[in-house]
Amino acid sequence: MRKQLAAGPYLLWMTGFIVIPLLLVLYYGLTNEAGAFTLENVLNITEPQRLAALGRSLKLSLICTGICLLLSYPLAMILKGMSKAGRSGLMIFIFILPMWMNALLRTMAWQVILNRNGLLNTLLSTLGLPTVNIINTNTAIVFGMVYNYLPFMVLPLYNVMVKINDDVIDAASDLGATWLQTFIHVLLPLSVPGIISGITMVFVPALTTFVISDILGGGMILLIGNVINQEFTFTANWNLGSGLSLILMIFILFSMFLIAKYDKEGNGTAI
Amino acid sequence: MQEPLIRLQNISQSFDGSIVLDDLNLNIRENEFLTLLGPSGCGKSTTLRILGGFVTPDKGKVFFDGKDITSLPPNKRQLNTVFQKYALFPHMNIEENIAFGLKIKRKSKDYIRDKIRYALKLVNLDGYEKREVTALSGGQQQRIAIARAIVNEPRVLLLDEPLGALDLKLRQDMQYELIRLKNELGITFVYVTHDQEEALTMSDTIVVMNQGYIQQMGTPENIYNEPENAFVADFIGDSNIIDGLMIEDYAVQICGQKIRCVDAGFGTNKPVDVVIRPEDVELSTNPENGFLTGRVTSLIFKGVHYEMEVMAGGFEWLVQSTLCYPVGAEVGIQVKPENIQIMNKPEFADEKAVSVDA
Amino acid sequence: MKNICQKVYLAVIFIFLYVPIAALVVLSFNESKYMSSWGGFTLKWYENLLNSDIILSALQNTLIIALISAFTATVIGTAACLGINNMQKLPRTIVMGITNIPMLNADIVTGISLMLCFMAFGFTLSMQTVILAHITFNIPYVILSVMPRIKQLEPSIYEAALDLGASRPYAFVKIVLPDIMPGILSGFLLAFTMSLDDFIITHFTKGAGINTISTLVYSELRKGIKPNLYALSTIMFAAVLLLLIIMNLPKKQKS
Repeated sequence: MRKQLAAGPYLLWMTGFIVIPLLLVLYYGLTNEAGAFTLENVLNITEPQRLAALGRSLKLSLICTGICLLLSYPLAMILKGMSKAGRSGLMIFIFILPMWMNALLRTMAWQVILNRNGLLNTLLSTLGLPTVNIINTNTAIVFGMVYNYLPFMVLPLYNVMVKINDDVIDAASDLGATWLQTFIHVLLPLSVPGIISGITMVFVPALTTFVISDILGGGMILLIGNVINQEFTFTANWNLGSGLSLILMIFILFSMFLIAKYDKEGNGTAI
Repeated sequence: MQEPLIRLQNISQSFDGSIVLDDLNLNIRENEFLTLLGPSGCGKSTTLRILGGFVTPDKGKVFFDGKDITSLPPNKRQLNTVFQKYALFPHMNIEENIAFGLKIKRKSKDYIRDKIRYALKLVNLDGYEKREVTALSGGQQQRIAIARAIVNEPRVLLLDEPLGALDLKLRQDMQYELIRLKNELGITFVYVTHDQEEALTMSDTIVVMNQGYIQQMGTPENIYNEPENAFVADFIGDSNIIDGLMIEDYAVQICGQKIRCVDAGFGTNKPVDVVIRPEDVELSTNPENGFLTGRVTSLIFKGVHYEMEVMAGGFEWLVQSTLCYPVGAEVGIQVKPENIQIMNKPEFADEKAVSVDA
Repeated sequence: MKNICQKVYLAVIFIFLYVPIAALVVLSFNESKYMSSWGGFTLKWYENLLNSDIILSALQNTLIIALISAFTATVIGTAACLGINNMQKLPRTIVMGITNIPMLNADIVTGISLMLCFMAFGFTLSMQTVILAHITFNIPYVILSVMPRIKQLEPSIYEAALDLGASRPYAFVKIVLPDIMPGILSGFLLAFTMSLDDFIITHFTKGAGINTISTLVYSELRKGIKPNLYALSTIMFAAVLLLLIIMNLPKKQKS
């Protein structure tokens, strides 16, 4: 009994700084400035501009998640193979390292590369090739997102995959399965927890970012995160901002539900 | 002589520069229970993985039914493996696990259902179709792993230390189960273990391996009674291995005493290893009654017999006897000539492997 | 063949990850102000950086916030782990569920919720509110690092210490604490780096005129890239690299 008291300070902290703040978002989101109940803030999402921003956010974050998954899965498989030979430690380190660098500076690097007279176009024109116009487009934002969030996909995938017993893979091929059949019927289903937590760990920040779109979209491409940020920092309409955040919360809660369902051991959240 | 079912020819394999198998030759006959026996790192598991197709040997060839299958992938081979830690698919239930190989081969639903029922009956787990893998005990998982392999009707079943993770009682029960299974199925079993008792109980043929070499191959009786070298003698059962001098045919000198034996052809005055099983050492209370006298230094009751250590002639003899001699007693030691096994001392690389610890 | 494909694949991802960083490092030594031309080697951007009071004070703020918040989070989080581990199943599941929220939730929502909370309870947004916010999102990372260690803890070694005559506090300090120390240390370092890296939550909870490196870079970037930011990136990357190497050293020695 006495030992449980050690959690006391944290329980207080948790209540004060996690639970109450979230309840406040709910309160502001569902009331108007006079404090009366209203759904106006939430329903504001149906305005064409806002809807377009949400739609764009969903589209770009789904594309980003898809690319991250496609890039990470083979990478995680290769790293699993290396871990058998005991050589994966350094490799993991190399592929995770950029994650620890300041996200804004990392995103800035892509601005340097993709700018109209940035490194990519300088390289292209030096080679006598036509220059490309990527900066301030959706493409630039997806580049930035993939670059920022790729390690969040690699880690959970790798963590799940190293735990898959190699004998199980051998057993499938022993029982007559080809490489493809083994992949589809054994490796893929067994790595589902890693895929799920990887997807949520990439999808949620990509859906809600406003930094990447600010830096690589030149302030012209609005994502739902930009809209919410504006309501808080420029127009100071907390009720509307909270109402729109509640929309985001629906997606976040859905991904939390998925994680809780598939990721029972908590592999994915491990950094 | 009839062509063996499996022939391993001049197989060599090394991992990261260390040699695991060196020029190994092995024939496996149809319908035999063959056991690869040896300490960890002796190459027995690698041999099994080469048979299963998980490892392609650096050198040498594998023939199955006369055909070269050296580079054939595992999914094309007519043999199935029971893995050491079962390797059941954790995301499938029992039924789906057993059906895996049959579904790959696109068998009909009815066929698969019948096969599952038959296999579960065979391993004494009828009615377990819908259970989850994680809900089974180790012994039950092992049976499912066997069922999953045999429904594919392999001509050879490869078993990699399948009983290693089970407790003693269950292990003994499973030994009888495996013998029964083999007789009912009428197929070839290749079994890997480091447990000499398992090997002696179940096998038709035992292949004793150490450091990538085959030390001896033969029937269990043959291996136990006539070990060809000190390694085999030491690894199979308990042994007294004593430095000796072969004075002439039928006479050997140990601990300074010349005694009679039944071996010949070693030459004269040649250093040899002399193997005497502890149950073949006869003690008597009258020290005169024997070629050596010694003193009992320890005594343990083992159930079926007493186990004693006797210091005699500068050597500590391990003795098993149904008669009890108290610690400190003066005893005479006698061994019948036919129970003395004479072996050459190792001279070459593959023979030196015999001297390494078991 | 398979090996070559793997190596090519690793190389492609490696290039994707490191070319942007390499570009920043190279540009930080470029005499020319324009990224498209090389004007020779210079250290002037580093000099410029070190002479900029704005950047230096932002750096100082960042480090103060990271140190205080990581330390506080480590103390609260480690104590929390000990307590949570002794809870019944239901309360433990609830507490761990709530603990996961700041990690899984979008930073923007966490930031907004904390800001609303501070304002609602009459706090003025300042450096203090940033520290409180950082402690909040750091505690879960500490718990994440320490909890597995506590679960692995062999209860019998604590009991063995008691059996051998140690008092409870002595057994805790001499036996339990050293055993979970690697978890506590990596929890601290994880919290420290998370705090260094944070932008969004700081953005919503900081007072006017207070900047961390992240918020400073954000406002600078809106005006356009200045080359001293390249120098800043290079220094930050080198610092993170060093920190991570230190973090990984004890693990390697053990294995």
